[in-house]
Amino acid sequence: MNRHLIAAADLSRDDALVILDTAEELARLSDRPIKKLPTLRGRTVVNLFFEDSTRTRISFEAAAKRLSADVINFSAKGSSVAKGESLKDTALTLEAMGADAVVIRHVASGAPHRLAGWIKGHVINAGDGTHEHPTQALLDAFTIRRRLRGGSGGRGGGPAGPSGGLDGLRVAIVGDVLHSRVARSNIALLNTLGAEVTVVAPPTLLPLAVDGWPCEVSYDLDAVLPKTDVIMMLRVQQERMNASYFPSVREYSRRYGLDTSRMAALPGHAIVMHPGPMNRGVEIAAEVADSPRATIVEQVANGVSVRMAVLYLLLGGTDEG
Amino acid sequence: MTDTWLITSATLPGGQRADLLLRDGAIAQIGQHQTGQHQTGPKLTADGAQVLDADGLLVLPGLVDLHTHLREPGREDAETIETGTRAAALGGYTAVHAMANTDPVADTAGVVEQVWRLGREAGHCDVQPVGAVTTGLGGTRLAELGAMADSAARVRVFSDDGRCVADPLLMRRALEYVKAFDGVIAQHAEEPRLTQGAQLNEGAVSGRLGLAGWPAVAEEAIIARDCLLAAHVGSALHICHVSTAGSVEIIRWAKAKGWPVTAEVTPHHLLLTDDLAEGYDPVYKVNPPLRTAADVEGVRRGLADGTIDCVATDHAPHPAEYKDTEWADAAMGMTGLEIALRAVHLAMVDTGLLDWAGVADRMSVRPARIARLAGHGRLPEAGAPANLTLYDPGARPEPVDPATHASKSRNTAFRGVTLPGHVVATFLRGVPTVLDGKLATGTVTA
Repeated sequence: MNRHLIAAADLSRDDALVILDTAEELARLSDRPIKKLPTLRGRTVVNLFFEDSTRTRISFEAAAKRLSADVINFSAKGSSVAKGESLKDTALTLEAMGADAVVIRHVASGAPHRLAGWIKGHVINAGDGTHEHPTQALLDAFTIRRRLRGGSGGRGGGPAGPSGGLDGLRVAIVGDVLHSRVARSNIALLNTLGAEVTVVAPPTLLPLAVDGWPCEVSYDLDAVLPKTDVIMMLRVQQERMNASYFPSVREYSRRYGLDTSRMAALPGHAIVMHPGPMNRGVEIAAEVADSPRATIVEQVANGVSVRMAVLYLLLGGTDEG
Repeated sequence: MTDTWLITSATLPGGQRADLLLRDGAIAQIGQHQTGQHQTGPKLTADGAQVLDADGLLVLPGLVDLHTHLREPGREDAETIETGTRAAALGGYTAVHAMANTDPVADTAGVVEQVWRLGREAGHCDVQPVGAVTTGLGGTRLAELGAMADSAARVRVFSDDGRCVADPLLMRRALEYVKAFDGVIAQHAEEPRLTQGAQLNEGAVSGRLGLAGWPAVAEEAIIARDCLLAAHVGSALHICHVSTAGSVEIIRWAKAKGWPVTAEVTPHHLLLTDDLAEGYDPVYKVNPPLRTAADVEGVRRGLADGTIDCVATDHAPHPAEYKDTEWADAAMGMTGLEIALRAVHLAMVDTGLLDWAGVADRMSVRPARIARLAGHGRLPEAGAPANLTLYDPGARPEPVDPATHASKSRNTAFRGVTLPGHVVATFLRGVPTVLDGKLATGTVTA
């Protein structure tokens, strides 16, 4: 394992599998009456959130607390950052207070890279701008593996549990790939784990150089659906809606939204994923979001297990922070 | 000032060996050695002259920078005219053009005269102010271009650099208006709508890093438009910091038609590419952004064949805290005065694209001509002003150490990069501003 978790693209297949397998073990813990492990007792994890993200922050907080770490939540709103303190000074302050790991969410791509150059503790990227969101990709891979590679939490339910990679699985990622850190992390990690990725979007929402990415590209969702084991719908951000990326929300929804008739065109075993929060009726219809094929609630639960695994593997084995 | 200097056995840009006698601010005499026999050729002597043995050194016409941010007035924490011109002299420059984006903006006769006067008082090199095209760089109303031209600073180059004169009608008017006093508009070519929020050259690297793309077309579209405008009104257009291969193509086309267009390229765009942003270190954040290897090749070819007329540093000093931040929050720009000649040596001479006569042309003769700057950009000859740079091309290549720089700022993208060559001495009107690679104490009279 690397010292930090900044990008899914930095993970080797072995790294990724160790995280997923560790998360599987830790997930079993949550079935017990007492969910807490003493592993990180006395260690301090700082959640440094410069963007609103209640779900990700709470997920990291729950993960750290289940490992008995002390958690400090630092949100930019109402903090010294609002008074103009630099990221560097904030980071040095937190380190002086004894942070062993900093979980950072920031609007600027690359902020975790900068942080890692300024502090001695471990840096975990909880989403940086339009760059990466590696723990989201890990929890998505974990969810896919449980559902489609026979796990205790999935349809198989066998005693062995899910293991191995995602070799040969066909994953479609649909929506605003250009601005999506979830898409970047998922494309990298899914490739590492052996899946075949297709991105589907209007050309305005794809990077100009997407032909160099390790994925297929399609503008036609209907053509992709029958060849898909996993479909991952991306959120349409409010700020794209009036910036001419597409003519109207309704047209976007007609061409790239997942409704019940499109869901019916998927193979019978296919699952529907969304990183949340959803725009029901835009990229995903309410009936689809609430269907048994949708993994959206599982994704949230799995997020805690995967983040526990990351904290455990980064912090657990070392003496110093 | 009665300094007399005898520079012996120097190598002229064309390769001949010569002795140069500097007296009263001018080159009093040049004695060329016979080819290959400099030990036996005619040698100059002068009683009482200080002698500088230039065996192995090139003597270039003093370098002229068309594009320098000296930050004074307003941001003296980044640079002052004193520190910036020290850096210029150490880099071999005898004249720099101070860009207008100061605070207050250099958009009146008062501000340009202040900058000009501070440059004279510092005395390390000539400071020629660039006037703003529009008041406050606001892009809506012409500044008093005529007043700046008529001032003691005699402004001839006008630019809103840092911002594009995006309004096509205003650009047309500016081009037309400066004809009255033989001015030139230096355009920062960047279509603002195509670069909203832009962070890095749009391409494979920006896509991977999740940094908002800065498309080549935003530069090329303005260059194409302004070449057409310059031809239409018959006025002089200069394109600042050309960074893409496509821009070179457009300028080559415009020049082939005989249109009055000139262009510059920075040392960093001759050497550095956008993949340096991989670690998100904003020392590589600059406007226009670092581009691809194909663009580097394009601008090198353009400089070699003369499509791009000159090298200009776009020296852009910033205090440390402006770069010690997230990429998106960081200021754009990098310093360049102290590494420019060595960088051009590496990018153009070591690659065989340009000889030293070509370097003299692109770093002194042509920029001086573009700026209508009398007294600079003259190849060494008897009677020419003694503005000279002595450069050791055979010096042991050394890594760049910004801690040694005279600039007040340390934001060089060449930190740790090994560059060839060494500026040994700079003479401004016959008086050394730099000797043995260090600032000389002599004062200069104009």
